[in-house]
Amino acid sequence: MNIILKIWRQKNAKAKGKFVKYTLDDVSPEMSFLEMLDFLNTKLIEQGDDPVAFEHDCREGICGCCSLYINGRPHGPGKKTTTCELHMRLFKDGKTIVVEPWRAKPFPVIKDLIVDRSAFDKIITAGGFISTDTGSAPEANSILVNKKHADDAFDSASCIGCGACVAACKNASAMLFISSRVSQFVLLPQGKIEAAKRVQDMVAKMDELGFGNCTNTYACEAECPKGISISNIARMNREFLKAKVGAPKDLG
Amino acid sequence: MITLDSKIPEGSLSEKWSKYKSSIKLVNPANRKKLDIIIVGTGLAGSAAASSLGELGYNVKVFCFQDTPRRAHSVAAQGGINAAKNYKNDGDSIYRLFYDMIKGGDYRAREANVYRAAEVSNATIDHLTAQGVPFAREYGGTIDNRSFGGVQVSRTFYAKGQTGQQCLLGAYSGLNRQINKGNVTMFSRYEMIDLVIIDGKARGIITRNLVTGEIERHSGHAVVLATGGYGTIYYLSTLAVNSNGSAAWAAYKKGAFFANPSFVQIHPSSIPVLNDYQAKLTLMSESLRNDGRVWVPKKKGDKRPANDIPEEERDYYLERRYPAYGNLVPRDIGSRAAKERCDAGYGVGDTGLAVNLDFKDAIKKQGKKAIENKYSNLFEMYEKITGINSYEEPMRIYPAGHYTMGGLWVNYNLMTTTPGLFAIGESNFSDHGANRLGASSLMQCSGDGYFILPNTIGNYLADEIHTPKIPTDTHEFDIAEKEVKERINKLLSINGKQTVTSFHKRLGKILWDYCGMTRNEQDLKKATELIEKLKVEFWNDVKVPGTTDELNQELEKAIHVADFFELAKLLVADALNRKESCGAHFREESQTETGEAKRDDENYSYVSIWEYKGDDKPPQLHKEELKFENVEVKVRDYK
Ligand SMILES: Cc1cc2nc3c(=O)[nH]c(=O)nc-3n(C[C@H](O)[C@H](O)[C@H](O)COP(=O)(O)OP(=O)(O)OC[C@H]3O[C@@H](n4cnc5c(N)ncnc54)[C@H](O)[C@@H]3O)c2cc1C
Ligand code: FES
Repeated sequence: MNIILKIWRQKNAKAKGKFVKYTLDDVSPEMSFLEMLDFLNTKLIEQGDDPVAFEHDCREGICGCCSLYINGRPHGPGKKTTTCELHMRLFKDGKTIVVEPWRAKPFPVIKDLIVDRSAFDKIITAGGFISTDTGSAPEANSILVNKKHADDAFDSASCIGCGACVAACKNASAMLFISSRVSQFVLLPQGKIEAAKRVQDMVAKMDELGFGNCTNTYACEAECPKGISISNIARMNREFLKAKVGAPKDLG
Repeated sequence: MITLDSKIPEGSLSEKWSKYKSSIKLVNPANRKKLDIIIVGTGLAGSAAASSLGELGYNVKVFCFQDTPRRAHSVAAQGGINAAKNYKNDGDSIYRLFYDMIKGGDYRAREANVYRAAEVSNATIDHLTAQGVPFAREYGGTIDNRSFGGVQVSRTFYAKGQTGQQCLLGAYSGLNRQINKGNVTMFSRYEMIDLVIIDGKARGIITRNLVTGEIERHSGHAVVLATGGYGTIYYLSTLAVNSNGSAAWAAYKKGAFFANPSFVQIHPSSIPVLNDYQAKLTLMSESLRNDGRVWVPKKKGDKRPANDIPEEERDYYLERRYPAYGNLVPRDIGSRAAKERCDAGYGVGDTGLAVNLDFKDAIKKQGKKAIENKYSNLFEMYEKITGINSYEEPMRIYPAGHYTMGGLWVNYNLMTTTPGLFAIGESNFSDHGANRLGASSLMQCSGDGYFILPNTIGNYLADEIHTPKIPTDTHEFDIAEKEVKERINKLLSINGKQTVTSFHKRLGKILWDYCGMTRNEQDLKKATELIEKLKVEFWNDVKVPGTTDELNQELEKAIHVADFFELAKLLVADALNRKESCGAHFREESQTETGEAKRDDENYSYVSIWEYKGDDKPPQLHKEELKFENVEVKVRDYK
């Protein structure tokens, strides 16, 4: 198939970016989207041009490296699919495909399609953990976990931290990301102990980093490649309220 | 023969570690703050080590080339992590786990290390659970287990097909807690390019900031490599595509010995190669063989759709050849058996290079829901890539490069031959001999990082408490930095015609064809020649666009591929040297009448350890004789 690509090119964080058009013939419908970009890059390099920088690693939908806003949607048109799992058979011959980086203030562009998502790490650093030192854990089966809660915790924990939720949200809210972590821990007995402090610390960090508010548009859930449910946000809001109203902070 | 000191403690196998731990030197808490430790890598091994050393109060700097530590390749591990908890009351024990690994590794691993890995496995599960890793549970609230290849007990802890992700996120959260406390400083998007040795000790690294291209110096009282495996040397493999061997290779060229480089695991169940553009192969976890049955048609070249082939015309060749273990034979055996059927003309799919993995019977017996519960993400992944729904028809699978048992040689302390340089996780050679059993890498990585290194590194650092902060403005750092810059400039100045990736593909094909699942002397000699030729071509005709002072992914790749040529030569040299078959290393010259691997314990019961002698000199081989005092060395039999 033949396609036309309009790709965001930006030399570095300071440079002004612009769309550049490329036509690509002989694209196989069997190619993954990233293999198509590899194919383009091979051509660009051979012609003496600069290849398009994009982030990727596992190429199987688990590491969360790949991003890309494709035709106005994070990770493109596939349902519950990361860009690396997307295949060209989903696109039509002869059509134009617009490829942009995540657009969100807390995720500044580094180069071309690569953005800086370190804000997510900072939120986890602020409180996304259970405080337990190596060597201090009790025997694993001494902590019994209701299977339903364990399964729900797993579902929340399967967030890959790609940032599609932020990119999809008109407010650049990170609520889906944070709430998945908050939920995972609060669903487990071992995570309940620090629940109040955790949620407050993470939310405070989120605000400080310039992420917007959640206005319940559900865009995050719709675009999340891992199907992280919006019910996590509701749970987090409950936890946040409980923390504010209930336990004083120092009891954490 | 030089004998390397593996520093195995005295005493009975089951007491070695506990006795040793209680007798080694310690660093008191006040002194720990004055000691800097560099850790390269944030996979399960690196993150576990960083958080544990941070908790102890050392001053830790951690590096990874991804944009965040959470994306290290460990995140992609699917099936599970082993421990000897015996939760299933099926006769498991630390000794049995140890025994399974020694046997699974075809008697080419060091007993004491393997026993210790088994010994700390239970504490790892306790710790991961306490951190909130959501392992699969039974209805009563206890943790569930499943079975993996090469064993007859259920000791694998899992979180659907995303165990690596969940374990890594656990370790990552612990790491973040230490970053929060200021004990650990994280450097993401940094690549270690070289190691700095001062007075014979590892004292620092030279890094490239992958965003700005800046070359920087970092010093420490000790350096820990947790940089993963080099399976991407085959180009197509199940690893994350940016995985590479360059850090270990830099260490080798600075004097650390490299062990068993030819021991590469080819995993039997990956989605087969579909086209030429493919950049990687996707693993279908071994756990699927708990319920999936592997078969090919009994008739050669039978092109009927799988579901149209009646039961009596199917050859469940693993069940036929290995009735005791059936579909759960170890990986090396499963891979060779698939290759044997396909080479003989019984393979399925367009290329004939695939076999069926069929869930029909399991679905019939347990219901679709039960299968979904265990593997839904794998089935989804398979469907996204191939467009096939494997609840309805069998998956097609074929072997692919997966894991490197070989790596930097380490002693019992996990220290390389370079004092102060430690290697943990997949980057070392230590626990899996010639073949790794499923779910034992996550186990080893976390054991190394959480429980072993934090003890053994203290033993080394106890003698360093009087060493002040290591300055970086020394001659040794100057030279290392200069060499790094020269190599980078050389790569950028070739300005040839061919892309880095095209070279990588060709190198991978040479290795796959001549040094893959089966090997013979003639092929290996040919591979040596072809690699050398390709290497020369690379240095004359590769095109690396851009400059060094910017984000430059082609340059990053070029650095890795340039090292891969050298590592490939060592890999093949090691395969040539080992004229026996053992585990994943199958020399056609050394097989039984039924086509099984034939070990030669008399001549090859050793770890082959290679010492770098200069670019234009052959490496020198050293041997660590393996002594088996606690298991009887037998023919590995899974029949
Ligand atoms: C698809 C797949 C599935 C698997 N499933 C399982 C399983 O179910 N169970 C199991 O036990 N094992 C499994 N394995 C094996 C297991 O995942 C790996 O062996 C293990 O995760 C390796 O962990 P590690 O910590 O040693 O290194 P990795 O997780 O590979 O991490 C390497 C780290 O080093 C960093 N790094 C490397 N080089 C440099 C450098 N030069 N500079 C800076 N940073 C550097 C990287 O950024 C990264 O942080 C699987 C492997 C694959 C490929
Ligand atoms: S590259 Fe890892 S999720 Fe896409």
